[in-house]
Amino acid sequence: MKTYRMHLMLCAGTGCVSNGSYRIQAALERELAKHRLQEEVAVVMTGCNGFCAQGPIMTVQPDGIFYQLLTDEDIPHLVEEHFLKGRPVQRLMYTPPAEKAPVPKMSDIGFFQKQRLIALRNRGLIDPEKIEESIGRGGYRAWAKALTSMSREEIVQEIKASGLRGRGGAGFPTGLKWELTAKQPGHEKFIVCNGDEGDPGAFMDRSIVESDPHSVLEGMLIGAKAIGASHGFVYIRQEYPLALERLNLALGQARDYGLLGTNILDTGFDFDISVHRGAGAFVCGEETSLIGSLEGRPPEPRIRPPFPAESGIWGKPTCINNVETWATVPEIIDRGAAWFSQIGTQTSKGTKVFSLVGKVKNTGLVEVPMGITLREMVYDIGGGIQDDRKFKAVQTGGPSGGCIPASLLDLPIDYERLAEAGSIMGSGGMIVLDEDTCMVDLARYFLEFLRDESCGKCTACREGVDAMYQIVTDICAGKGQDTHIPLLEELGQAVRDGSLCALGGTAPNPVLSTLRYFREEYEAHIREHRCPAGVCKALITYRIDPEKCKACLLCNKNCPRGAIAGEKKKPQKIAQEKCVKCGVCRDVCKFEAVTVQ
Amino acid sequence: MRPEDLARIAQRMRRAMSLREGAGHAKVTVHMGTCGIAAGARRIMSALMRCVDESTVKDILVTTSGCAGLCSREPMMTVEIAGEAPVKYVDLTEDKVKRIFAEHVIQGKIVADCALAIGSEQTL
Repeated sequence: MKTYRMHLMLCAGTGCVSNGSYRIQAALERELAKHRLQEEVAVVMTGCNGFCAQGPIMTVQPDGIFYQLLTDEDIPHLVEEHFLKGRPVQRLMYTPPAEKAPVPKMSDIGFFQKQRLIALRNRGLIDPEKIEESIGRGGYRAWAKALTSMSREEIVQEIKASGLRGRGGAGFPTGLKWELTAKQPGHEKFIVCNGDEGDPGAFMDRSIVESDPHSVLEGMLIGAKAIGASHGFVYIRQEYPLALERLNLALGQARDYGLLGTNILDTGFDFDISVHRGAGAFVCGEETSLIGSLEGRPPEPRIRPPFPAESGIWGKPTCINNVETWATVPEIIDRGAAWFSQIGTQTSKGTKVFSLVGKVKNTGLVEVPMGITLREMVYDIGGGIQDDRKFKAVQTGGPSGGCIPASLLDLPIDYERLAEAGSIMGSGGMIVLDEDTCMVDLARYFLEFLRDESCGKCTACREGVDAMYQIVTDICAGKGQDTHIPLLEELGQAVRDGSLCALGGTAPNPVLSTLRYFREEYEAHIREHRCPAGVCKALITYRIDPEKCKACLLCNKNCPRGAIAGEKKKPQKIAQEKCVKCGVCRDVCKFEAVTVQ
Repeated sequence: MRPEDLARIAQRMRRAMSLREGAGHAKVTVHMGTCGIAAGARRIMSALMRCVDESTVKDILVTTSGCAGLCSREPMMTVEIAGEAPVKYVDLTEDKVKRIFAEHVIQGKIVADCALAIGSEQTL
């Protein structure tokens, strides 16, 4: 690699790409050439940086200057001022909410400060399409160590001692899973990387594969030796085209470098990995369904035992781990179990990647030590609630997770604490809700998703989730009855008990956890026919406050149904029989004269 | 490929990528204000980049900054060795850059006859 004085680390994760980072790249290269800087300044396309809300993002090294929300028009000025003349451009830097001065350095920005990167250790620091850059950051060093100087048992022991638990959701100890599979008789065994990331709003697995595919392959290679696997599969969603492309590229490069395939690193060890594209059913994330899908059968869960460790793909012992789990393995082998296990809490070691979305100011992908509090996540990393509204709850663990209320903001995040609070870690989705979110409507939304995604094999899940959905829909429509709440609780328990897999086992969580913490909202819907958050259309009316209305007629002109009328220079009125409660009038009103009751 | 080949690639790449971590044993700043560029700072930068490219020591950061205020003595550059006071060099030519690179950046000996001053202005 040629020596440059400056590396422009431009994010090429899916988020920034859709905001135009390849256009920015073209503009940068054109302007650099214009100033004859192309031999001095390199443009490096990296994986997802995590601060997706501010994309396209670029970090300038060695200065560590962080630029955000770039457009093509910014580039000529930026290249001349900063990259030629050395004067960083303040206008393009990040200014934290509620502050006036921009923060030039990435390391000083709150969103990044509390993060600790293990699974995402190379994000933004390498070009994921170049294996040599991965090797330059220590890639495959742990694999060489495991291959040449550790026995199979030693590798398993190291992972067990580290306390690493499955990052896909259930949190099963990874070392134990490896040991169980390794102990099985027979020469044909499989390992699988589960990249079927189905939770709406979760994108940590995609981001890892996009920003550092070699970390996943290296983890799988180490696992292959420890378990004695003959072949590996990466099961990845068809909806992830960029991740798929980079993964295939990485596999080809690893084979070319003799790190994968036959006679690896000249030691006689053989192992290869193939890619299986999933068609995107939520249930495929469940391991027995995933096995069915890999074999070409419909993705339906089956009874366990036997566990996949005993009988998995084509009846052979199979070890399935999530993308993030595999990506964490090389760091444990490289730096030791003792190093890893000092991070985190008593029962949950290391770090976890979360996708922080919803009503926070800074949304994106963050990796934090286990045990960090929800308050730190929402206020320090997330920068607080948008428009300074009131915080209401955090929904964790995806569609089958639960809601955690404001009273538990100081809860340290680990597998056990989240379960005690009635939610789950899941794959790490974290949706922040503000006072304008109706919890009954939220439960209805998740039930609708789960009703669609239930594979239909178990009656309790297929019929039970549908019945719960119908009841919650009735409550939202103002047709709730007093018997509905106990019925929902009873149904929830039945679905939980009567389902084979975790989809059904956790499907009642959105209802049960909102009933636990926000029961009064259900009661307001049922008894008072009132939606306290002003969301459920059947239970709300829009009105214009004649005191506040300045007769600007903006609402009048924007109403799609012509429901607003009134004379010029007089307060406007909404004709309730025509109103469809779309809320446009409230959104356009500059005087907060439109109220919801 | 053998394990030792892997280590070799890693070492080679680490040197080229070290500037992404923002730490190096030396930092050289070429002053690139309008005055500096007019006086030939671009040639100075190119000469410096050639020196870095040819050197076996790679953890050297090369950066630019604006006018240092002493326009009549451009082209100028500042050399900072980690833990030592920065030194400003003035009236540079490509030959002087080669000498400063070899003697100061690599060996740590200040080239007195090209240096303007040791240390920086007070900023507070």
